[in-house]
Amino acid sequence: MSAYVIRRLWQMLPTMAGVILLVFFLFNWVGGDPAYVLAGLFSSQEQIASIRKELGLDEPILTQLFIFVKQVMLFDFGTSWTTGEKVSQIFATRLPASLTVVGPLLVIETIVAVVIAIAVSWVRGSLIDRSVMIVCTMGMSISILVFIIVGQYLLAYRLNWFPVQGWGDSLTSNLLVYAPLPILLGLVVSIAPNTRLFRSFILDEIDQDYVRTARAKGMNEARVMFIHVLRNAMIPVITFVISNVPGLLLGAFLLERFFGIPGVGREIILAVERSDFPVIKAVTVYVALATMLFNLLGDLLYRLADPRIQLK
Amino acid sequence: MIDLSEQGKGVWTLALRRFLSDRVGLVSAAIVIFGLILVLASMAGVIASQWTNEVAIGHAPPHWLLNDGSAPDSKYQAQGGAALSKTSIASNKDQPTPSDVLDPIEAEMRLIGAYRASPSQQAATSTDIKDPIADELNAAGKRIGQYQAIPLSERAQSTAWGADKWGRDVLDKTIKGAETSILVGLSAALMATLIGSLMGAYSGWYGGWVDDLCNWIYNVFNAIPGILLILAIAAVLDSKGVLSVVIILGVTAWTGVYRLVRGEYLKHRERDYVRAAFAIGASPVRRMFVHILPNVSHVILVQFSLLTVSCIKAEVILSFLGFGVPVDGVSWGTMLTEAQNDLLLGIWWQLAAATLAMGVFVTALSLFTDALRDALDPRLTH
Repeated sequence: MSAYVIRRLWQMLPTMAGVILLVFFLFNWVGGDPAYVLAGLFSSQEQIASIRKELGLDEPILTQLFIFVKQVMLFDFGTSWTTGEKVSQIFATRLPASLTVVGPLLVIETIVAVVIAIAVSWVRGSLIDRSVMIVCTMGMSISILVFIIVGQYLLAYRLNWFPVQGWGDSLTSNLLVYAPLPILLGLVVSIAPNTRLFRSFILDEIDQDYVRTARAKGMNEARVMFIHVLRNAMIPVITFVISNVPGLLLGAFLLERFFGIPGVGREIILAVERSDFPVIKAVTVYVALATMLFNLLGDLLYRLADPRIQLK
Repeated sequence: MIDLSEQGKGVWTLALRRFLSDRVGLVSAAIVIFGLILVLASMAGVIASQWTNEVAIGHAPPHWLLNDGSAPDSKYQAQGGAALSKTSIASNKDQPTPSDVLDPIEAEMRLIGAYRASPSQQAATSTDIKDPIADELNAAGKRIGQYQAIPLSERAQSTAWGADKWGRDVLDKTIKGAETSILVGLSAALMATLIGSLMGAYSGWYGGWVDDLCNWIYNVFNAIPGILLILAIAAVLDSKGVLSVVIILGVTAWTGVYRLVRGEYLKHRERDYVRAAFAIGASPVRRMFVHILPNVSHVILVQFSLLTVSCIKAEVILSFLGFGVPVDGVSWGTMLTEAQNDLLLGIWWQLAAATLAMGVFVTALSLFTDALRDALDPRLTH
């Protein structure tokens, strides 16, 4: 096990190096000279020169790359170009709000999607199954924006069931007052694709030989489904959910933007709008790292849940 | 293809037969084709070419909301009136001059220019001071003559599907928006499919260091969540516009195609028919693209269709956030931006139009993709 973990971590190095190179290339060449972005349009040659010096842009490219790698290693991306806040500080303060929304969302959506997936696989091929799948497809075809716009207008603005937007200081008031509507809308959006995916996981298991054996022994359908099929189908479900955590954390950016939640996702949109390069660079690099680590975690859980899997 | 049909039952003939027996697939195919015809007609200027004309009063309601076409409902008239009083200020004057509309701070800009040009400042500012949006202003100034200001008295009280804030017909806007969104979706998906297929083909066929290199690039792109990569590229790309959106989505969405195509090539390169092609002296490129490609094209086709769906959805979000189509264009995403503000006034028809158009088209495209996959790969059971 530990040999496997070490090997996997070792294999991450080239990928991580690639991510660093990609981000470095993206923000130093594709976007033009960062000094001009930072200085703004009305700037003198001296201002630009001093910014270039400050950012280390007049150094050779390899030195610049080295500076960037050092920043990544030391978790120090300096300060935001627009607010002057330390980049590490931005994440430390924005992460709790994101987690308050994404944590409950992840748990509830997984449970609900699994329950619906079991229900429709129970009646697979029937009219109900087909209709639910078509409704899911339709739900996935309507833009997430529409769900948020209409939900916020109807449930908060018109019916006053929830606050239209806002965020407090205490965890309980956030969880009970401000987070429920974003979580609810997040559920509406994410249950359809998850149900479809989990249903396909379950149907994959239903065709297996061991299920046929269980039926041949005369086991009833409920026992086959819940004891045999479900336990095996949960393995890919867990892997999927775990490895999707970093993506979901970002995916909530629209919810955070609409509801004024000071989370990581909203911070990224703001950074993109303001060309705040240090913030975007830091997010990209660390989210990539987190994605890889969570993928590894997912694979390890896979191994724990299913001893047949040989880790290579 | 030709000799396949001569033999009677080629793989495509069989797939077509399976597809024709799938009713959901047929209906959705009809809707998709209808949508594409609308897009082509809109591109050709046959329909919705006059979408920028302000044909009705601001926020004019749809016909079917007015009670059997008689006098406009008092509720909507009040709102229409409020919007009118704003627009009427501009319309009271004769045709506005370009500078009135476009550049309210032109005088100030000239002052800044003069200050910068003064001898005392010349030494300090050696960079060329240029109005940052001068190009856009010039372009817009040329276009402004094309817009006709229709006098209020001649404007319609309601249109088929209502009007937006400025009195533009929502139905025309939706069609024009469909053109943008669908074209962007198709082009981005095409770009991503080309990148993914080419890399996948070379990677699976050659193996060795080519495979290692492609896998490395794949891992790097796969490590960064798609939406983050899209936003990061949107942040650095200077020019905002339809082409930027296509490029952003194209270079981020190829990874799924790559993985599948690579797997197919790994499988096919050892097959007998490829060895036979080698035996008769077919070059590697010929074996890759003339012999193997038709046999994996069904995988690519399904992926292309799937990607189109996700690219349309991504374009809508990007345009909504303001990283997509420019202000003088329209897409389903920019319509949703406007609709968000309209909704607070109780104006919902623009939201309904964009949602309905997108919902119907994307649902049809998704169901069509499912049917396509079922028809092309009968071994799949779900």
